[in-house]
Amino acid sequence: MKNFDSIFAAYVLGWAVFFGFYLSIGKRASSLRTEIEQLKNSLSRGK
Amino acid sequence: MAKRAILGLVTLGLVVAAAFASFYVVPMERTMGPIQRIFYFHAASAWAGMTAFFVCFFGNLLYVWRRQPKWDWLGISAAEVGLAFTTIVLITGPIWAHPVWGIWWTWDWRLTSTFVMWLLYVSYLLLRTLIAEPDRRALLSAFFGIFAFLDVPLVYFSIRWWRTQHPQPVVMGGPGSGLEPTMRKVFFFSVLAMHALMVLLLSERYRLEKLRGEVDDLRREAEAQ
Repeated sequence: MKNFDSIFAAYVLGWAVFFGFYLSIGKRASSLRTEIEQLKNSLSRGK
Repeated sequence: MAKRAILGLVTLGLVVAAAFASFYVVPMERTMGPIQRIFYFHAASAWAGMTAFFVCFFGNLLYVWRRQPKWDWLGISAAEVGLAFTTIVLITGPIWAHPVWGIWWTWDWRLTSTFVMWLLYVSYLLLRTLIAEPDRRALLSAFFGIFAFLDVPLVYFSIRWWRTQHPQPVVMGGPGSGLEPTMRKVFFFSVLAMHALMVLLLSERYRLEKLRGEVDDLRREAEAQ
């Protein structure tokens, strides 16, 4: 197929952006959940 | 959880079907050949990105009016999602342009206004990192988001108002414009698939911001103790 490299690059790079973004959401959510647990623990210890 | 799984599966199905249709259903474009197939990914991402920026604008307006954190969460979530789609547009556009125009980039109205839009929403995200106090951060970024949205209609109308290197509109472009019927159907199907992906990413990103709001509340509580 003519220009196959360009088409392949467009789709691979495009989907890499989406997957990267989706993974970054998951990673940030997981670190926030850990922080929530730590804050809840320190609050319950303080009471 | 079930709703998220259903949304994820429906989105996956739509996106795979749209990619399949753009390669195996649409006829070959006579002048450009196979490279034209990038159009279904590129233009559909552009539409989904602009919709996300509209959602951001809506969230920003409602935050200024109601001052409820949920509108700030919607604003920031939609800005990030819109930025992801616009990044795709700025990557796939030059990849298409190089074999067709012989150049990767030109500073015409459409390309420049899209790049400015991308920079404005990057600035929106950076601005938020500079302000620690949540209410002040939400209000200032809402005002900035309303200002940033002014560029979105300019991006949309740029190929209608000015002569550009970027192709003239093939959808809703007035007399003399248009797409071959199968191409048109696949294009709108791709737009639907990208909008489903936008909704999925937006809902996931909103959940993240909700968690951040919970962290802010717990920190306030800890400081008050």
